[in-house]
Amino acid sequence: MKPAPTLSVEIWRGARHGRFERFDVPRRDNQTVLDIVTYIQRRLDPTLSYRYACRVGMCGSCAMRVNGVARWTCRTHVAKVAKGPLLRLEPLANMPVIKDLAVDMAQFFDKQRQARGQFKGLSGRGEPVARISPDSPARQAADAGIECIGCAVCYSSCDVVGWRPEFLGPAALNRAWTLVNDERDVQQGERLLAVAGEAGCHACHSQGSCTLRCPKHLTPTASIAGLKRRTVQALLSGEAP
Amino acid sequence: MNPPRATVRAVRMWYWQRLSAMLMTMFVFTHLALILYAMQGGLTAAEILQRTRGNALWGLFYGVFVVLVSLHGALGLRAILLEWTRLGPAACARAALAIGAVLLVLGLRAVWAVTLAGA
Repeated sequence: MKPAPTLSVEIWRGARHGRFERFDVPRRDNQTVLDIVTYIQRRLDPTLSYRYACRVGMCGSCAMRVNGVARWTCRTHVAKVAKGPLLRLEPLANMPVIKDLAVDMAQFFDKQRQARGQFKGLSGRGEPVARISPDSPARQAADAGIECIGCAVCYSSCDVVGWRPEFLGPAALNRAWTLVNDERDVQQGERLLAVAGEAGCHACHSQGSCTLRCPKHLTPTASIAGLKRRTVQALLSGEAP
Repeated sequence: MNPPRATVRAVRMWYWQRLSAMLMTMFVFTHLALILYAMQGGLTAAEILQRTRGNALWGLFYGVFVVLVSLHGALGLRAILLEWTRLGPAACARAALAIGAVLLVLGLRAVWAVTLAGA
């Protein structure tokens, strides 16, 4: 019998300073990159650190760089990304590495808060539900961006985040854009201010890496373009900013 | 609520860079069309100067073009310096302003030389 083919997997070990460690993992049909990491952690080296939860592309916790490209690993088939017998796994870029494949995502989530990513309404529980037409342009613009799972693949893929660490990044700005289009929200002025300027939407070069890499096929680039237009309109009309 | 001045300035700079880019596309196309037209039957300095000397309209056209280029170039260089160097925001702004001023002076001087200087 022919021995099962194996995959040579290089995994980043350590934090900011570290090295790649090589493991041989048997290939299986329909194997995902997350399956590979889990195999290594369970069979070869239990000290390997990585994150996952749902395994079905909902939670956004298993993202890492696979052969240099940020991906959600639970829905990434090895056959799709490893053309040869080699696979190189690294933690996401643009965030501090805690250990191995786990990064500290605090700044990523803090920036969603800085971009006023929270909904704030006026009506209470007892009041009737706001009627928003599903066909309205604002509702459709919000719809286009609300399926974000917070995996930070876009944040890791964004060159501007790498160059300007204070840049809010695609996910936070995309989130803000969905709320700018939420007519029930009452902190629109503050939000436009929070997303304008050099740490905000105006630092974006519209290169589109976020849109190219988003596993949910969202278009943060379009959301950011919307924010740019809206903030300039606000400036020209004398509103904040 | 009064927006912070730095934010307003950043939005304005972004706006002017985009606006100058849009305007420049028209200038670039006109300039290219002029080159294609002027190339017919050879190209000599005398022929060019004959067209531009004393022509206030071409002077105005290229004068505005130079202003747009200086503005657009300075704003763009500022962003590149901010992203690619370790200079602070104030130093980047000063460097970009200096380069913009050089472009403006050299450009306007050239426009002056081929248009109104010989009038």
